[in-house]
Amino acid sequence: MNALELTDVRKVYPVGDSEVVALDHASLTLGQNEILALVGPSGSGKTTLLSIAGGILSPSSGKVVVGGEDISDYSNGQLTRFRQEKVGFVFQSVNLVPFLTAAENLFVVDELGPRTGKPARATAGKLLDELGLAERTKNLPSQLSGGERQRVAIGRALMNDPDLVLFDEPTSALDTGLGAQVMELIRSEMKQRGISAIVVTHDPRITEYCDRTVQIVDGELSA
Amino acid sequence: MKIALLELRRRPGRFLMAAVIMTLIAILLMFLGGLLDGLIKSSTGAIRAQDGQALVYSQTSEASLLRSRIEPALRAAVEDVDGVERAGGLGVVQLGARVPGKGPRDLAGVALFGFEIPPKGVPDVPPRGTAYADETLKSDGVEQDMTLLLGPARSPIQIVGFVSDTSFSGQGSLWASPETWRQVLGANRPDARLAENVFQALVVQGDEDVASRIDPATDGRTDSYTIEGAVNAIPGVESQRNTFNQILGVTIAIALVVIALFFALITVERTALYGVLKALGGRSRTIFAGLVTQAVVVTLIAAAIAGSAVLVLDAVIPAGSIPLDISLGRIAISVVLLLAAAVVGCGFSLRRVLRVDPASAIGRGS
Ligand SMILES: Nc1ncnc2c1ncn2[C@@H]1O[C@H](COP(=O)(O)OP(=O)(O)OP(=O)(O)O)[C@@H](O)[C@H]1O
Ligand SMILES: [Mg+2]
Repeated sequence: MNALELTDVRKVYPVGDSEVVALDHASLTLGQNEILALVGPSGSGKTTLLSIAGGILSPSSGKVVVGGEDISDYSNGQLTRFRQEKVGFVFQSVNLVPFLTAAENLFVVDELGPRTGKPARATAGKLLDELGLAERTKNLPSQLSGGERQRVAIGRALMNDPDLVLFDEPTSALDTGLGAQVMELIRSEMKQRGISAIVVTHDPRITEYCDRTVQIVDGELSA
Repeated sequence: MKIALLELRRRPGRFLMAAVIMTLIAILLMFLGGLLDGLIKSSTGAIRAQDGQALVYSQTSEASLLRSRIEPALRAAVEDVDGVERAGGLGVVQLGARVPGKGPRDLAGVALFGFEIPPKGVPDVPPRGTAYADETLKSDGVEQDMTLLLGPARSPIQIVGFVSDTSFSGQGSLWASPETWRQVLGANRPDARLAENVFQALVVQGDEDVASRIDPATDGRTDSYTIEGAVNAIPGVESQRNTFNQILGVTIAIALVVIALFFALITVERTALYGVLKALGGRSRTIFAGLVTQAVVVTLIAAAIAGSAVLVLDAVIPAGSIPLDISLGRIAISVVLLLAAAVVGCGFSLRRVLRVDPASAIGRGS
């Protein structure tokens, strides 16, 4: 079973009286435990593609199957549950909850969803440990460096034990050295867990850490 | 919800304004409520204290003791009514009393009652020339064994003890025998003098619904009430209560508006945060529950501060100086009303919470 299958996906945003085609005839298959780099210029539709793959946006037309689950026609409520259980996001802007500590930012995922309590707290501790943040669990985002914040965001994306993790420019705010470190971390976390991932980036050097690269220009994909 | 509570703890400054305003509103609400209860209490105590199942006035008296007359013949007719076990005469005269040790112009307003059936708390019918006094008269300097001089005739009344919660028209009551009352009334209000055996009203003891049977049996020469009915029929009580309840209603409405505006503002500020929470699989219901939790906690804190403040105020204000009656029941009612206002107020932000798009979290750039 493939981690993700996009078939002829189209996304149109209404803008005033006209429309913007952000994604057109997009077809893409992501295998089990595969890390895919999605590269393209600004405005090419990368974030749109991730949002559709992760059930944040619905496609205007086409088929979206994630881990065998066809979410193309899901209602908002179904998509919410799907996001809760199946996918992890690392957003283009880090978007941690500013008044929660690193550990609490991970724990939020449990609070919003299954509410398992203690086991979730243990998972959060273990994840932060793996991400090299054992000493930072009680820090607020404002007390963390950019790289540390990015790692907290990665931890948050892994909290719900997802089948698919979507990274939207995870290194854009980091310098080259730190970016490489974070990518290394992402790769090892994904491979160790057998999770598939899409990593959106502008930076060709990042693609080295991925198994395969797909280009996107003006909403159209090309290998 | 835990995130909501953590935000309250980590960023109390954000909620300070709302908490302060809600505290002031809660104090106002509880204070006004206490004032209403105190006013009602001080104008109904004497009637509430009556030990019976019915209070009988004469026709057209409009539930006013001062306008009512019960002649012996009418009394006999009432006593014959089915279910009446015993009827006792009741009468009152309102006078200024000279209190020993106070200046000659410094009169205490008193309501001297003559009664046959002792009201609740009054042990017996005291001997001629003596009376039990309501405790509120202590704030006028009245003490045990003191002799007050009542009215222009300076009729002497010696105080033989104290009773509580028996005020009449906001005045402290004196409870005396019918003879004492009739004599003082005649001496000070010659125009209102009443003959032997004539009273203003009757307190009737009998079965539960005896009040409803008396008026038909006397061909409408009487105007009868249950004790509770008589309390509500006291002239002015109902309108006093209505006026106050309207003021309290407006106060609650203001609380609702304050909460609605404040949390609408907070919701707007948090659109981005809510977008992230939704993208992470948070349901609108969960997010809204957090908002309500915060409103409820802010309201509870405000109510707790207000409740303590009002209790302190009640202790500090000398008893009897203003008719303030702070009860835990009144505080509890105020808290419940404020909480309801808070929850309804949050409702105005529900649509905005529902409309937050998870896609806003993944937005381009910032
Ligand atoms: N909510 C929206 N409403 C209207 N147009 C939108 C919306 N979101 C995106 N677009 C448009 O769709 C196209 C693709 O946007 P998208 O955000 O997917 O690009 P991107 O590749 O992620 O860009 P960047 O590298 O700058 O993040 C752009 O032309 C953009 O202006
Ligand atoms: Mg983007």
